[in-house]
Amino acid sequence: MAQIIATDLVVGYQTPLTPPLDFCIDKGEYWVIIGQNGSGKTTTLKTLLGLIKPYGGSLTMGGGLDKTKLGYLPQQTEVQRDFPASVYEVVLSGCLSKMGLRPFYNKTERQLARDNISKLGLSDLAKRPYRELSGGQQQRVLLARALCATDSLLVLDEPVAGLDPATTDEMYRLVKGLNQEGVTIVMISHDVDQALADCTHVLKLGKETFVGTVEQYEESRTKEEADHESV
Amino acid sequence: MNPFEQLSVYFQFPFVRYALIVGVLIALCSSLLGVTLVLKRFSFIGDGLSHVAFGAMAVAAVAGLTNQMIVVLPVTVLAAVLLLQSGSKAKLKGDAAVAMISVSALAIGYLLMNLFPTSSNVAADVCTTLFGSTSILTLSSWEVWLSVGLSVLVVAIFVLFYNKIFAVTFDETYAKATGTKTDLYNLLIAVVIAVVIVLAMNLVGSLLISALIIFPALSAMRIFKNFLAVTVFSAAVSVLAAGVGILLSILFSTPVGPSVVGIDLVVFGICWAIGAITGRRKKA
Repeated sequence: MAQIIATDLVVGYQTPLTPPLDFCIDKGEYWVIIGQNGSGKTTTLKTLLGLIKPYGGSLTMGGGLDKTKLGYLPQQTEVQRDFPASVYEVVLSGCLSKMGLRPFYNKTERQLARDNISKLGLSDLAKRPYRELSGGQQQRVLLARALCATDSLLVLDEPVAGLDPATTDEMYRLVKGLNQEGVTIVMISHDVDQALADCTHVLKLGKETFVGTVEQYEESRTKEEADHESV
Repeated sequence: MNPFEQLSVYFQFPFVRYALIVGVLIALCSSLLGVTLVLKRFSFIGDGLSHVAFGAMAVAAVAGLTNQMIVVLPVTVLAAVLLLQSGSKAKLKGDAAVAMISVSALAIGYLLMNLFPTSSNVAADVCTTLFGSTSILTLSSWEVWLSVGLSVLVVAIFVLFYNKIFAVTFDETYAKATGTKTDLYNLLIAVVIAVVIVLAMNLVGSLLISALIIFPALSAMRIFKNFLAVTVFSAAVSVLAAGVGILLSILFSTPVGPSVVGIDLVVFGICWAIGAITGRRKKA
């Protein structure tokens, strides 16, 4: 079941950053977006999220997905470093998209927030101030928030940036676990090898773009290397 | 006469009672959005808007309007909307735009008041508008009811949109990506700020409004680390400081605005000390 369908999609602000891209993200797949700095990874992600309009082509959501049903793990912002908020308050704010015009959270939503807090092993920290947590803990809080918003599609923008190796491994394990539960994953990653180990599909941006399954990507890479050696 | 007897004498005058009620309500409203303003780096917008409100008030005075709110309120709301728009589109950098608009409004306001003096003592008029020295004690009953009405409206909006304001302040990008109409809520915040500023001009005058908005939030953030506690505490502190400040100013015949802000400053000092001590103890 297709959740996101891109047809001749070109992303960019004033100038196009990518060639026309055609892809279709199905439920349960695990996509990584890779490429050098400046190749348009974040812009592509923002386009997928509807934060900026496509430069060209079209992008549609299907399979019962709309903006209010997706989860998003953004990069951390300056404001959050001194924001007075408890872990519970941050996670609960993930339920906002379910709320519509209702002014307050209901019982189901508060329970969902508590469930996701314990799912990510944050129960002991629930009342702690968010800004006093370590980088890895903060990422888990934001992941719990994203899970309050979705059980179908999760978009992650470099979730391991600035984390130490052990925390990085743990983060990848968490994301992989969510994928195995049936959550579609779309993730930007710098760490190509680690990302390729878990994913099912690759979108590579930059000089040579690639869209396809991870097997096809590995094949094209080995072929490239072989070509190199024969020259 | 001891201070309590003195106060009870003063409280026989309706205008003193009005001043206390309106002052406390204004303090409550202005503290609510303080956290959002400080964290969204909007503090300077509050400052800019208060100067616009000053300009508008000068125009209203020169035009000979007895009911100045009718001009000041819409003009300030409009300025808030425009400033926010310019901030997001960023053709002119946000802070530069604010600085430009605020000093222009200040200059034009003062110029108009001098060119077309409505009373013999322009300096005193200007001083009242800038520092709010006596305006809170000279409210007409219509202004009292308008202030009460607007305060109730501001508190109601804040309570009803509390969760949305939290989400938009904490992480605007996330809120937008998951389908929250962030532009709408930013607009709502700006309009509420404008209303608060017009109200607060009566209490502390246009130069000191920022203090009323940001001090309680900053004090609360020294001690508390979650959003609900910070909000509740800053509202309580602001109400307390306004009440004490107004009473002291009546007892010692000091100007109201600076007295209230002075108490806010003292409270901030105390909160800062408490925060520093408890923070160090935690680390040790």
